[in-house]
Amino acid sequence: MSTSLIMFLAFVGLTLLITFWAAKKNTGASAYFAAGRSITGWQNGLAVAGDYMSAASFLGISGMICFSGYDGFMYSVGFLVAYITVLLVVAEPLRNAGKYTMADLLAYRLKPRPVRALASLSTLVVSTFYMIAQMVGAGAVIKELIHIEFAPAVIGVGILMLVYVVFGGMLATTWVQIIKALLLMVGALLLSYLVLQHHGFSFANFFEAVSKADYAGTAPPKNLLEPGLKYGAAAGAWGHIDLISLCLGLVLGTAGLPHILVRFYTVPDAKTARSSVVWAMAIIGLFYIMTTFFGFGAATILEKAKILTAAGKPNTNMVAPILAQHLGGELFFAFISAVAFATILAVVAGLTMSASASFAHDFYTNVIHHDKEHRPGDEIRVARITAFVVGAASIGLAIYLGPSVNAAFLVGLAFSVAASANLPVIVLSVFWKRFNTTGAVAGLGGGLIVSIVLILLSPNGMFGKEGAIFPLENPGIVSIPIGFLAAWLGTILTARDPQAESKFIELKVRAHTGLGAEKATAH
Amino acid sequence: MSQKSPVNWEQIEAKPEFRALLGRKSKFIVSATIFFMAYYLALPVLVGYFPDLMKTKVWGEVNLAYVFALSQFFMAWIMAFIYVRVASKWDKEVAAVIEGHH
Repeated sequence: MSTSLIMFLAFVGLTLLITFWAAKKNTGASAYFAAGRSITGWQNGLAVAGDYMSAASFLGISGMICFSGYDGFMYSVGFLVAYITVLLVVAEPLRNAGKYTMADLLAYRLKPRPVRALASLSTLVVSTFYMIAQMVGAGAVIKELIHIEFAPAVIGVGILMLVYVVFGGMLATTWVQIIKALLLMVGALLLSYLVLQHHGFSFANFFEAVSKADYAGTAPPKNLLEPGLKYGAAAGAWGHIDLISLCLGLVLGTAGLPHILVRFYTVPDAKTARSSVVWAMAIIGLFYIMTTFFGFGAATILEKAKILTAAGKPNTNMVAPILAQHLGGELFFAFISAVAFATILAVVAGLTMSASASFAHDFYTNVIHHDKEHRPGDEIRVARITAFVVGAASIGLAIYLGPSVNAAFLVGLAFSVAASANLPVIVLSVFWKRFNTTGAVAGLGGGLIVSIVLILLSPNGMFGKEGAIFPLENPGIVSIPIGFLAAWLGTILTARDPQAESKFIELKVRAHTGLGAEKATAH
Repeated sequence: MSQKSPVNWEQIEAKPEFRALLGRKSKFIVSATIFFMAYYLALPVLVGYFPDLMKTKVWGEVNLAYVFALSQFFMAWIMAFIYVRVASKWDKEVAAVIEGHH
């Protein structure tokens, strides 16, 4: 185990060095929250990919594909296709109209205080949800790697991440995302190569084995290429609807994820925002196609006993590292674990960053102090305190949920919440002149409450499978239309807001031309 | 941060070139969105409601369901490619519209 520990410490040391280097260059709020708007297109594309490919993508999806086959691959497809929504609808207007957070776009033409308060709340909820998945994944990796208990492992990761964000800000997280994205791609390529090598470099052999996956002869064969293992008839009458619901949440969720949206503020202009989405799509797409190799690979190469926990349950977040150990030995296991760890650390840093930026900038400065910074440096101080609070909350929730929850599943839920609460108001504020403040408050609040309540009442919620009041695991198919409906009703049932409508013209020109957009700061 | 030289938003918005550009832009974005959402949502619908059709083998053990899922990646990349080409044309038109306004 010592090789893994040495590689581990080397990586952590390197990332902290980058953080300190960046911390020295950090001056003022624009540098802390938006990296001085000086990031180039391909850099930001890599950083978006780095922010996005989380514990869910690497650990979660490979486990999901290994145990649920084709249905698990639906996560990979949805996670990529979602970027078209980002590209076509939100990236450019957001860059042109905002400053630091998602709420800037909404506050542009609506009454800032109520809109910012709710947008900040929904940012905190989505980020915390997303972060729980990262903590669960991180705890699982560390537990496997140095054989400590799940709870101390999760607490250790949490503390590292806080040091990270507090010293570095957005510029450091940007560089960590870039390095981590490259490492993750290298790890994924190597792992896919070893899987194909195992099957004699023949796709025909590989798919043949997948169609008769018998977990190395220890289980009756299953055709993992056939849809329906998770969401088919086996899942009951609601399986088909649940799959559609999942897909809707995935494809519309990314465009409402606060930590992805803030990445578009780190680039100089809308054109760069656009090219960074394209770079991100190239990298992310390649990665998600490779998830079939390590997910199916684990199912065809590893014995069933290896991918079950001591209690005999699927070790749902660990099949990729276990596969690496089996195919490449201890050193490769250490490398893949380090990559997974770096992946999580980077995503957690990005999430903490956007959540704390939103609370400090939207809630503290704009809602409490009426858009005046109370004392110089206050906003950054509040952001740091928020980072600690959000970090502590997700550590606690991750320990409560335990290591057996699939990270991709948890992130899928975060996507559904984001798609229900954030996306409707972003879209309506950019495209609908009549949209007003009450509509935004109703949309944000309605989408948030309905999606959370449906998750609590779902088969995975507080009443368990038998007592579930809501039959679907994924709330999107109900909560996303409700988010839109609430925003629409809130608007048409209240008086027109002439100021919001006249500001709409300004927003429209600004969003489409980039006039008046925040400029890059010279370093 | 407010801009130092105020921009006359109404004047730009009223320009026929700007309105024509916006019209074309929304037309493209709306039709592209309808297309990709339909293509994407066809996947869970076909897989859920026509499982036997989707289990048809097309190459060795590879079935229609997997090929259709894989095609989503290429659909996404092609859409992105087309959008970037169209959008860089819009960039030039925008530059002409805001000439002298900043």
